[in-house]
Amino acid sequence: MDLMNWVYLSVVLFTIGGATVLVRRNAIVVFMGVELMLNSANLAFVTFARMHGDLDGQTVALFVMLVAAAEVVIGLAIIMAIFRARRSASVDDANLLKY
Amino acid sequence: MSAVIPMSGLQAVPATGVESLAWLLVVIPLLSAGVLLLAGRAADRWGHWLGLAASAVAFVVGALVFFSVLGHGAEERARSVAGFSWVPAGTFQVDAGLLVDPLSLSFVLLITFVGTLIHVYSVEYMAHDVDRRRFFAYLNLFIAAMLLLVLADSYLLLYVGWEGVGLASYLLIGFWNHRIEYAVAAKKAFVVNRVGDFGLSLAIMAMFVSFGSVQFDDVLSGAAGASETWLTVIGLLLLLAACGKSAQFPLQSWLGDAMAGPTPVSALIHAATMVTAGVYLVIRSGPIFEGAPAATLAVAVVGAITLLYGAIVGAAKDDIKKALAASTMSQIGYMMLAAGLGPIGYVFAIFHLLTHGFFKAGMFLGAGSVMHGMNDETDMRRFGGLRRVMMLTWVTFGLGWLAIIGVPPFSGFFSKDEIIHAAFEGEGLRPWVLGTITVIGAGITAFYMSRLFFMTFHGRKRWHDGTVAPEPHPHESPVLMVAPMVVLAIGSAALGPVLYYTGALESWLEPVFTAPPELEPVVNLDLVTAVTLLVIVAGVALAFLMYLRRDVPVVAPRGNALTRAARADLYQDDVNDIAFVTTGTAFVRGMGEVDDDLVSRGAVGGVTRSIRAAGAGLSRLQTGFVRSYALSMFAGVALVVGALLITQI
Repeated sequence: MDLMNWVYLSVVLFTIGGATVLVRRNAIVVFMGVELMLNSANLAFVTFARMHGDLDGQTVALFVMLVAAAEVVIGLAIIMAIFRARRSASVDDANLLKY
Repeated sequence: MSAVIPMSGLQAVPATGVESLAWLLVVIPLLSAGVLLLAGRAADRWGHWLGLAASAVAFVVGALVFFSVLGHGAEERARSVAGFSWVPAGTFQVDAGLLVDPLSLSFVLLITFVGTLIHVYSVEYMAHDVDRRRFFAYLNLFIAAMLLLVLADSYLLLYVGWEGVGLASYLLIGFWNHRIEYAVAAKKAFVVNRVGDFGLSLAIMAMFVSFGSVQFDDVLSGAAGASETWLTVIGLLLLLAACGKSAQFPLQSWLGDAMAGPTPVSALIHAATMVTAGVYLVIRSGPIFEGAPAATLAVAVVGAITLLYGAIVGAAKDDIKKALAASTMSQIGYMMLAAGLGPIGYVFAIFHLLTHGFFKAGMFLGAGSVMHGMNDETDMRRFGGLRRVMMLTWVTFGLGWLAIIGVPPFSGFFSKDEIIHAAFEGEGLRPWVLGTITVIGAGITAFYMSRLFFMTFHGRKRWHDGTVAPEPHPHESPVLMVAPMVVLAIGSAALGPVLYYTGALESWLEPVFTAPPELEPVVNLDLVTAVTLLVIVAGVALAFLMYLRRDVPVVAPRGNALTRAARADLYQDDVNDIAFVTTGTAFVRGMGEVDDDLVSRGAVGGVTRSIRAAGAGLSRLQTGFVRSYALSMFAGVALVVGALLITQI
């Protein structure tokens, strides 16, 4: 199978994730979009590693997973805190930091 | 460090033995001043004795150094005392060292000797002042700074002493600064001196530019090969400095007000020593002036103007200290004039400086003694008839009076006569003008000093008529005050003839200066002396008729226009007010308005306003919607990636 297909898949996943981040209001869903983008990037890394026949891309993918795990912990905690304070998980409601 | 002292061709040899202790001259009074200032009230009981001891020890050290130097041959009397590397900055090197030569030693002896006498006097004079300790601290500070000024071997170190005496002078003029007008007088002296100091600092910079050094030996030996333009510039700047410190025209206005200080200060700083620093500066810089005839002439002209100016002002003042101050100005005018005659006048300038240091300090102390007995009254119209109650003051003051008006065989006759003779030597119109001025000055001096003497000690007792309350009970001053007056009076009488007939001063100072050119006097000098004596007799006679034969009114009569002008210092303060104070204030106010209008409200305000507007506009982008932030980030990343791709392809 042509390895380029995996790249196309990763682009599609990235686009879906990005669109989710941009259009959805629910913070949890936005967060899922972010995770989707990260994983699409991982997919691209792994694919390129396979293409070039070395392990660099896989290593980076491992790191991304690690960082994403940490990010999830913090991000969910923030969302929880906002939800408790404002009784809403909508990112548009958390708009106090403006001019 | 061996150095050529070019004024003389004297080789400055490294000092040995007691001469290398010359630093003690500066250090001892300075330490004493520090102790007195830091010890505070704890030192009140013995502070004045410490101050006196420091000054006396400085005199002893000065005398030891003097005799040690005297022991060398005439060609080896310039001794350099190594100090430390002071400003090591690349190619600019200044070493702090002392130069002990006949010129500086003459000053050292005068300063420490008269200084010590005045310390003795002050112990009694300031006895009732709660701040006597502080007074002695300042006096010691002055002695240290003045000795540093005359002993320095570079213009930069001289400048330190120069500023030091200015500071001490300021502190002492304003010693009773709870009186607001005294504080103002101190400030005035400080500000006017600053103008002169500015000249000195510019001169030092000009020396660095043209000679690359500020050491005496480099500058003075380099002066022979330097361009006349530079030498004239430096010479005029040095003259400006000398005018400030020595109260010469046009910077003389501070000296009269400086009499606000305690009388011993007037005697030491504003008569005998500090005000002669300008003369020292000019004479020390002799080779510079020799290469710049225009600057030399300027010195002589300034001296001539001031000598008449001071004499005219002195003839109208009723305040005994201000009359003496005007006289000091006039006498320093004589010294300046002599210094402006070139090498021929240097020795006589120093000669007059030394004798003047004695008789004028003596007369100031006499004035202090009179004030002491008269409840600090200074108006001579309230004196009169004090001869009977203050016999010793009368005698000592009388000797000073005879000395200053130039009656033979007292000191002033010899020193002033020499200057008058020197002024008549030369060619063309110049000796006639300068010589005539010195003779006229001698006549006015005789008039105003006799006026002062008669008004104070003779005539009707004008303090006795019941109008003065509390009525003073004049009495002779205590022994600690009279003793210095007696010593100074002996000096006033004897110093001149001794130095003149032995020729000691000339042979002592001569190696320091370049040999003066042989000049022919334009008239017979014996005739000049005779005319001078006649003029002096006329001056005394006029004073006798006006102030002894006729009664002196207690309230000053209105007087003619000249008297009124002289009483107001020939309107010097008004001229300064109009020329500098008013215009300066207007200028500053105008600059303030320009600053407000253009800078504050215009440039600075405009920048503030535009930045604030830009910030307000940009802050509209902060919508608070996370998703629009994310969109702009995406757009940004897309742009960057797009740009990268385009440039890569």
